[in-house]
Amino acid sequence: MRDIFKVNTKTIVATGLGAAIFTLLFMYVKVPSPVPETSFQTAYGVSALFATLFGPIAGALISFIGHALSDAIQYGSPWWSWVIASGVSGFIFGFAFKRTKVEEGEFKGKDIITFNIIQVIGNVIAWVVIAPLLDILIYQEPANLVFTQGITAAIMNSVSAGVIGTLLLVAYAATRTKKGSLSMK
Amino acid sequence: MNMKMKLFSYNLADTFIHRLSGLTKLICFLFLTFAVMYSYDIRVILVVMVFSILLMRTAQIQFSQVRLMVIYVLIFIFTNAVISFFFSPEFGTSIYGTSHEFASVFGISLTFEQLFYQVTKIFKYASVIPLGMIFLLTTNPSEFASSLNGIRVNYKAAVAVALTLRYFPDIQRDYKDIYLAQQARGLELSRKAKFIDRFKNSLLIVIPLIFSTLDRVEVISNAMDLRGFSKSKTRTWYMSRNFSRQDALALVVSGLIFIATVFVSIFINHSRFYNPFI
Repeated sequence: MRDIFKVNTKTIVATGLGAAIFTLLFMYVKVPSPVPETSFQTAYGVSALFATLFGPIAGALISFIGHALSDAIQYGSPWWSWVIASGVSGFIFGFAFKRTKVEEGEFKGKDIITFNIIQVIGNVIAWVVIAPLLDILIYQEPANLVFTQGITAAIMNSVSAGVIGTLLLVAYAATRTKKGSLSMK
Repeated sequence: MNMKMKLFSYNLADTFIHRLSGLTKLICFLFLTFAVMYSYDIRVILVVMVFSILLMRTAQIQFSQVRLMVIYVLIFIFTNAVISFFFSPEFGTSIYGTSHEFASVFGISLTFEQLFYQVTKIFKYASVIPLGMIFLLTTNPSEFASSLNGIRVNYKAAVAVALTLRYFPDIQRDYKDIYLAQQARGLELSRKAKFIDRFKNSLLIVIPLIFSTLDRVEVISNAMDLRGFSKSKTRTWYMSRNFSRQDALALVVSGLIFIATVFVSIFINHSRFYNPFI
C-alpha cells in the first residue's frame, strides 16, 4: 500500500480551503433536478479533484465538512445520513491519489479512465448504498423514496465528478511541469 | 444569486447560553439533535422543541436573524412531506399496523396513520432548527475548533475546520469577483442562457477559483510548516473557555433529555414510534 493516507500540513490546509470551496459551490452553484431534494452539484467535481490531488483523508474531510457546513448554514442542522455518504464518496475518490500521472503534467487516456472508474465506484457506494441505508436507519424514511433519490444522486454526482473533475484535472495537469521536459545537450 | 447571506452571523451578547463554553454547546447540540433524530414520539419531540425555543429566547436571538434559514427549512419540510406521501402513502399503516381511512384522493386512501406519521415527521425536522440556530449564532467560530478538539476529534481535522471557517468569506469574495469579472466580459450565467452554456460558463468561474485557491494552499501550508505546525501530538488553543458549573448544568440537563428519550422509546413505546392507534 502506497502511503496515500499520510497527512501533512499541506493536506490539512488543502482540506480546509477545499471544504470552503465545496461549501460555496454546494450552496450557490447547483442545478435543481426533477427528482425532489436532489440537484446537480458541481461541488462533487471539486471534491473529486482535491481527493485526487491530496488523497482519501482530504477527500473525505472536504466533502464531510463542506456538506455539513452548508447544511448547517441553510437548514440549521446537518442531514447526517447524506453528510456521511458525502464523506464516504470523497474518501473513495481519494484512491485515485498517486494512481494517475497528474502531478507529472500528464492526464489523458488511461489516467482519465482510472479516475472515472474510481469516482463512479465511489458515487455508487455512497449514494445507492450508504445514503439510503442511513436514511432508513436514522430517519426512518420510506425505502422506495430514498432509493430513488439515491440513484438520482449517484447518476448526477458521477456526471459532475466525471465531467467537472476530469476537466479540472486536465487543466491542472497543464500547469505542472512535464517530467523530462528538460534535456541535456 | 444571493451573496448577502452571512456565514455565522455570530451575535455578541452576554447571556447564559453565550457564557457556556463552545465544547458544552457542541455536546448539548449533539445530545438534543440525536434525541429528536432517534425518537418518532411526537410528545418527546414537542417537549424538546418547546425547550429549544425557550433556549432561543434566553439567547436573545431575533427572528430577523434566522428568517432566511426558517424559509429554507419550511420549503424543505414541505417538499419532503409531499413527496414522501406520494412515494408511500401506506407507510403510516405499515408502521402502526392499523388502518383508519378518513378520505380518499385519486384512489389513494388517506389514513390517520399516515397523517400522524407525517405530522410527527414535520415536527421532528422542525424541532432541530432552533437547536442549530442557537449553536451557530452563539458560538464564536474561533472557539469552534477547540471544542471539536475537546470531543476528541484529531486536532489536525479541527484545524482544517477552523481553516474552512476562516477562509470561507475570502473564497466567497474571490468567487464574487470572478463572477462579476466574467459577466463584464459578456458571459451569460442567468436563466436566459441555455443549460449547457450555463454549465460551461460556471466552469469558467470554478477554474480560476480553484487555481487561486491551490496557490493559497501552498502559501498557507508553508507558513504553517515554518511555524512548526503538527510537530507535537497535542496543541493548545488561543480561544477556549474554562469549564464552569453552568457548563456542568447544561450538560446534565441535555444528557438527561437524551437518556429520557431513549428510555421512553425502549420502555414505554417499545419501539422508536409512539403508537396511539392500539
